[in-house]
Amino acid sequence: MPAVTFVLASGAIQEVPLTEGSSLMEIAKMHAVPGIDGDCGGCCACGTCHVIVDEAWRNRLPPITSAEAQMLAIHAGADPGSRLACQIPATAALDGLRVRVPDHQF
Amino acid sequence: MKLTDRITELSHLDRSLQAVQARVPMDLQIKGMHLYQRLKRRLTGRAAEPRFIEYPLPAADAVPIEALDPTSPFLYRQGLWQSYFKRLRDEAPVHWNGHTPFGGVWSITRYDDIMTVDRDHERFSAEPFIVMGEPPEGLDLAMFIAMDPPRHDRQRMAVQGVVSPRNLQEMESLIRSRTREVLDSLPLGTPFNWVERVSIELTARMLATLLDFPYEQRHRLVKWSDTAANLASATGGTVTADEAFSAMAEMAAAFTRLWHDKARRIAAGEPPGFDLISLLLTSPDTRDMIERPLEFLGNLALLIVGGNDTTRNSMSGGVYAHHLYPSEFAKLKANPELIPNMVAEIIRWQTPLAHMRRVATRDTRLGGQFIRRGDKLIMWYASGNRDERKFENADAFIIDRPNARQHMSFGFGVHRCMGNRLAELQLRILWEEILPRFDTIEVLEKPQIVQSNFVRGYSRLMVRLTPARRQTS
Ligand code: HEM
Ligand code: FES
Repeated sequence: MPAVTFVLASGAIQEVPLTEGSSLMEIAKMHAVPGIDGDCGGCCACGTCHVIVDEAWRNRLPPITSAEAQMLAIHAGADPGSRLACQIPATAALDGLRVRVPDHQF
Repeated sequence: MKLTDRITELSHLDRSLQAVQARVPMDLQIKGMHLYQRLKRRLTGRAAEPRFIEYPLPAADAVPIEALDPTSPFLYRQGLWQSYFKRLRDEAPVHWNGHTPFGGVWSITRYDDIMTVDRDHERFSAEPFIVMGEPPEGLDLAMFIAMDPPRHDRQRMAVQGVVSPRNLQEMESLIRSRTREVLDSLPLGTPFNWVERVSIELTARMLATLLDFPYEQRHRLVKWSDTAANLASATGGTVTADEAFSAMAEMAAAFTRLWHDKARRIAAGEPPGFDLISLLLTSPDTRDMIERPLEFLGNLALLIVGGNDTTRNSMSGGVYAHHLYPSEFAKLKANPELIPNMVAEIIRWQTPLAHMRRVATRDTRLGGQFIRRGDKLIMWYASGNRDERKFENADAFIIDRPNARQHMSFGFGVHRCMGNRLAELQLRILWEEILPRFDTIEVLEKPQIVQSNFVRGYSRLMVRLTPARRQTS
């Protein structure tokens, strides 16, 4: 079964099966990945689903929209690999994706 | 002299005033501005400030929907806000009233519509001001909460470090020890005002820490913040422009002193602290902010207003909510691990700030209504948080509500509350320390509610505590 890997702030690793039709934020919440809050329910309006994508995967994800870029622009912990998980649709093509969960969400 | 000549003359004066801003001490500038504005008011005969006199408001269903006015500063106090907003959500979720004391106002009352507006800073600008009415002329401080990107982003990034995760970690033990101190000093078995003894005291201590402000003078911060947030012209509060001017002059003098003092200490080799002034002094973008007085004052005022009665009223609101829903308190005592979710639910249920304002940057449509460029839109967070389309049994306080975190009290989009994690931290610690100390917090009478259409707050909440029975082990 296709899955993505969340590397938690503690260093622990959590593999989560991909459910098509939802977002990376939603599947993280569905499987209670600690550190993903998703306070706006996926509207790209809170920045609390921040993840840092493994280098190898950065160019394989859908591009960052201007709304996502704007939320990342005010994010103090932003990094070149930063994405908002609610803006990444979960598809089978993401099988093997690795993202890091920051130690705090803003 | 003709009136038009007078006004031209005044606008010259306006410009020269701006030119001297960088050189004259800030408090004197504010006093000068005050005299100037009073003079201008007299010369141009501008309408006097509004004064709000309380009278019983009509029931929600007693007026035609077009005439329903949710802007009254007494709506919350009179217990009518829920029925007004429910009617608006159901019958006219994007509602125009052209004749409020604050001018024409669009009231946006459903969760989804509020989200649409808050997210779209291009269509709906936060400039020039984010509450219902207008500030007194001359006191329109430059705050990034009322700026659009990219200016907003630069200023927010410059100060955001004061609430960074690292800073919050450093602050946690300090907040905890102060919370313990305050709770341990409370009388047991005798009535007292929770607002004064706990909510105001704890937030004042927090603000003094954030600014590294002289601890024994912390109540001045509360006073300035209360003044700034309760202007009659801006939110229907009780503060006049004259009172605001003198408080701002006092604040400017104190903060200028604080700034120079800190700068001297850092120059002498003292390591900068994790307070806001140290942060501004050591960041290249903001090192010279003192030379831009309105921006300097604006940023400090934003932090003390942002972090003052919001957290304060959540501290009081939580106690009141538990009083109204006693089974939730029993649930909490049996499951203290619910505290983090309960904190989100308290903030949802209380909605310390009822609204934020936006202005349409172009003709547009929203919820089937035609909005004109320049129209004022009020996002009623207090209503969105009670929208039954989003929250089941929305009026009830339910500490394990599954989607409590999706409340709108912190706003959404680029202006989302910068202090939200700090507020949650303060409230979490407060409840973690309340539980082992007190068996009951009995609310003795109906709380007194402040006059405002913006701040949803308590001025008095009389309670009596019974101590927890010591467990023998
Ligand atoms: C329960 C407590 C609090 C509530 C309910 C609250 C509410 C809000 C709201 C509604 C906004 C505007 C959101 C928008 O326009 O979308 C905001 C912004 C802001 N708040 Fe808070 N706040 C709280 C605590 C704090 C604290 C403790 C601080 C201080 C550290 C703070 C500082 C700020 C700042 C600086 C902004 C402006 C952010 C920007 O424009 O980018 N707030 N807050
Ligand atoms: S869930 Fe809010 S930005 Fe992703």
